Amino acid sequence: MPRRGAPPEVNAGSMADIAFLLLIFFLVTTTIETDAGLDRMLPPMEPPTETPPIIKQKNIFTVNINKNGQLLVEDELADIKSLKEKAIAFLDNGGAAKGTEEYCSYCKGKRLENSSDNPDKAIISLKNDRETQYGIYITVQNEIVAAYNELRNREAQRLYKTNFTDMEAEYLNPETSDSRKEVLKERVKKIQELYPQKFSEAETSTGN
Amino acid sequence: MSKFSKKKDGEVPAVSTASLPDIVFMLLFFFMTVTVMKDTSVKVENDLPKASEIKKLEKKDRVITIYVGAPTQEYQKLFGSEPKIQLNDKFSSPSEVGPYILQERAKKSEDLQNVLTTSLKVDRKANMGIISDIKEELRKVNALKINYTTYEGIAFDNLKR
Repeated sequence: MPRRGAPPEVNAGSMADIAFLLLIFFLVTTTIETDAGLDRMLPPMEPPTETPPIIKQKNIFTVNINKNGQLLVEDELADIKSLKEKAIAFLDNGGAAKGTEEYCSYCKGKRLENSSDNPDKAIISLKNDRETQYGIYITVQNEIVAAYNELRNREAQRLYKTNFTDMEAEYLNPETSDSRKEVLKERVKKIQELYPQKFSEAETSTGN
Repeated sequence: MSKFSKKKDGEVPAVSTASLPDIVFMLLFFFMTVTVMKDTSVKVENDLPKASEIKKLEKKDRVITIYVGAPTQEYQKLFGSEPKIQLNDKFSSPSEVGPYILQERAKKSEDLQNVLTTSLKVDRKANMGIISDIKEELRKVNALKINYTTYEGIAFDNLKR
């Protein structure tokens, strides 16, 4: 007569193996990567009745990209590699005379008469063809942002002994404590006011 | 005395592995809950350009993604090889971008609706015409915060064909 009683226990030794297998599957499929890119704000739709403000020609830095990816900077054919340098020279020019209200005390540019008055007035205008390649457009955008960042870094080094880009990254990091964020917010804002990003994109041209 | 002299043989007892499955299960559940399965498959070529001055797109729940690029091989017969816009899972015309953004925005919770970013994942060989059309549409629906999503790298690499 067979013995009855409690059924034999199921061996759970392989449970760990099964769980490991599943674990490894999820480990492999998980992506914790975050995307990154160039942040931009689009201009809001303006009411059609409003007349555009009049801006002095010397305060506008025009960049034109044609469909072959060639650059026309301030009406001169230019190499894309020199764009950053030219943008910095323009933004940092500070042409307004000393003593006037528009005088830029922190600018280190050449203070030319025919270039921008101060960074607050300086506007970079970007225009591209409908057939311009996106990659080239991004390169130009990147160079202009790089120009702003370089100037902002310089000022942040002078005022706070740190880089603007580092400050901004720390400010945007969700792990930063609130009290630190308050401090950083103020500083980031201050630097942004010194070199505001005034960056306009015209409607794209068609043809030729 | 005999009570204490039992363990005199000096053997180290084996470490119990009975709780190992529990630990592993805990890890398993963590990864199961954290994993986000890709909900859309990208049907366009998506070789993003490179840039160096990038900022991270931190919170994923605040991002709406628009893909642009030439359809991949299997879709080229149907849709041609000109760059197209992909919204969710289907190819769309620029005029559908606005409604799509509004629809996606309505899905998000109310406090997030004003802080949404539109991530443009555009193939570097696409032309600017289609981007301008998208930007115009985005302006119409007041989705002004955009991010040109790129890889990290040297921007001049984009110039190579």
